[in-house]
Amino acid sequence: MSKILIRGAKVLGGEAQDVLIDGAVIAEVGAGLSADGVDEVVEADGKVLLPGLVDLHTHLREPGREDSETVLTGTQAAASGGYTAVFAMANTFPVADTAGVVEQVYRLGQEHGYCDVQPIGAVTVGLEGQKLAELGAMHESAAGVTVFSDDGKCVHDAVIMRRALEYVKAFGGVVAQHAQEPRLTEGAQMNEGTVSAELGLGGWPAVAEESIIARDVLLAEHVGSRVHICHLSTAGSVEIVRWAKSRGIDVTAEVTPHHLLLTDELVRSYNPVYKVNPPLRTEKDVMALREALADGTIDIVATDHAPHPHEDKDCEWAAAAMGMVGLETALSVVQQTMVETGLLDWAGVADRMSVKPAEIGQATGHGRPVSAGEPANLVLVDADYRGDVDPAGFASRSRNTPYEGRELPGRVTHTWLRGKATLADGKLA
Amino acid sequence: MMRHLISAADLTRDDAVLILDTAEEMARVADRPIKKLPALRGRTICNLFFEDSTRTRISFEAAEKRLSADVINFAAKGSSVSKGESLKDTAQTLEAMGVDAVVIRHSASGAPYRLATSGWIDAPVINAGDGTHQHPTQALLDAFTMRRRLVGRDAGIGQGLDGKRVTLVGDILHSRVARSNVDLLHTLGAEVTLVAPPTLLPVGVESWPCDVSYDLDSTLPKTDAVMMLRVQRERMNAAFFPTEREYSRRYGLDGERMAKMPEHAIVMHPGPMVRGMEITAEVADSDRCTVIEQVANGVHTRMAVLYLLLGGNEPAVTHTRTEGN
Repeated sequence: MSKILIRGAKVLGGEAQDVLIDGAVIAEVGAGLSADGVDEVVEADGKVLLPGLVDLHTHLREPGREDSETVLTGTQAAASGGYTAVFAMANTFPVADTAGVVEQVYRLGQEHGYCDVQPIGAVTVGLEGQKLAELGAMHESAAGVTVFSDDGKCVHDAVIMRRALEYVKAFGGVVAQHAQEPRLTEGAQMNEGTVSAELGLGGWPAVAEESIIARDVLLAEHVGSRVHICHLSTAGSVEIVRWAKSRGIDVTAEVTPHHLLLTDELVRSYNPVYKVNPPLRTEKDVMALREALADGTIDIVATDHAPHPHEDKDCEWAAAAMGMVGLETALSVVQQTMVETGLLDWAGVADRMSVKPAEIGQATGHGRPVSAGEPANLVLVDADYRGDVDPAGFASRSRNTPYEGRELPGRVTHTWLRGKATLADGKLA
Repeated sequence: MMRHLISAADLTRDDAVLILDTAEEMARVADRPIKKLPALRGRTICNLFFEDSTRTRISFEAAEKRLSADVINFAAKGSSVSKGESLKDTAQTLEAMGVDAVVIRHSASGAPYRLATSGWIDAPVINAGDGTHQHPTQALLDAFTMRRRLVGRDAGIGQGLDGKRVTLVGDILHSRVARSNVDLLHTLGAEVTLVAPPTLLPVGVESWPCDVSYDLDSTLPKTDAVMMLRVQRERMNAAFFPTEREYSRRYGLDGERMAKMPEHAIVMHPGPMVRGMEITAEVADSDRCTVIEQVANGVHTRMAVLYLLLGGNEPAVTHTRTEGN
């Protein structure tokens, strides 16, 4: 086990301090720590040190779509983006709706070692919304699943949703809902509004998200369960979650980086790199989401990292797949939209991107304070860096980023997973 | 002039008037014994149709042939496209064969824009209708028809449609014809009113440069041209309206309603008509209905567009100037 001294790092953006890692844990945090007996000194030079990021919403695509991403490339992308744990969504082929599939994904993550992979189990068999999957078996498997989601599809049947919310209480699980009323979104291609009216693309109305969230917070209240809302995207959804929290309902919510930055005006290019579900909304929604993330109404940032092969985006809009990669740009987008706007400080970023997601997903050892005795899951960020996004440098197997050529602030230089560098000087270990 | 014709919204007033004026010149060719010009001799144009459309395809083909272009018709059905070939590969294949321009009809909104702007091919792209987005040559032929009827064949040269009141009736939500017409008519100075049941108007229509009404009867007396859009019967299965009869009672054009329009007002339809639904046979066959003229004008207008986009520097038609010196 090696000793690493990180010298002069702004812990959570505060005063520069030294952090000594001994093996898998943080041994000491303080000023002027001695480098005696240390194997490696990392000069942080005022870079920001945060607990390793935790993504509650990642599509790793394996098994089934290894042409777009694998557990290896996806976790390498995660390490590059400063993540030490990711929750892998269940919409693989086959669907992660049995103990066998979730254990496979879990073990692949362990083998590769770039980042902890916590599989999410499907709520219903085959994501079909008809019949509960064996949630208990997935929980008791080696993967220890606690988060369940049919993400990509909504658990739209109110009775199935109610039962799922109730059932997972037995082992402290949580259902993460992809809120999308299916009938209101048949043929939906983009946010329904003035831009869709002009472009002649099928509308995805805000009410299709908001009505499901309203229903589900009421269901959660009725049965005394907790519910998590995936990728909340509208100002109206924010109001509903705010109301639910004020009423004491046990609801948590996430927002993606792209919904904090991009709007449906970009769809005018008909470039499917902007095609995503839920769709990019309006400026008003973006501002409401930022405010909500700042005031805690929205608990966390989750990437919804959704890799797709080039051909699935190099085509006409209607034929294109929905989704964007996000692991390697998430922190930069949050820095731009939340830190540089003064809405969050770095401690707030650590809370929304590490502490809270680890809590919601019960990712033991992640999202912990940067202090002595804690697991050495850390990320070092050069917040002064400015540069254009170049997808050619991505670790992800896919390149479907909406930020190509866009200048974003900040760069992750080091990521440590239990004291082992997965990323050092911007290069994967 | 622009390099591509993707959306009627891209046309400036000068562009649009130039196209309409050029179309008038092209119309004179149609009156000659030999209806052919050498303007596009040696140029190859591909009509790339991913969606069935006999009339638009034939209209473009007639226009291309009258300009002496070589024409390739590519219908996606039964082609490599039905075997999974992408739009990009299809377009690049055509360009490798030496196609000089692509006329594209596609069911996906934005497909022509993608083709023109993605760096897949260099050839000019002409949108012959994409999804529920745009159908700019339809709007141009409609404007041409209106200018001839409401301003005059000669008096209209160099003119727009300033102050003309145009009413579009029917399935605005799913209509690329409506979107193109609203854009172009606004550019040309016309006052546009959309009339439809609220279910068949898009959310966001408030931002369009036109008025919206749910009541046809009160709009018709203030209309110089009414354009009836086709309403597909299947729409009622998705609850856009209760029954065919109710639709035609509230929004269909019959003889009685037509009589509420000013004497000079015309009735237009982009075709194909659903007689008995949005228009009765009595109206469709009346002198005020321009549907056949629109078809003829479609060829002139498309000739003008092709000539202006591809023709280069030669005058399209050499004719004796008759105006004073």
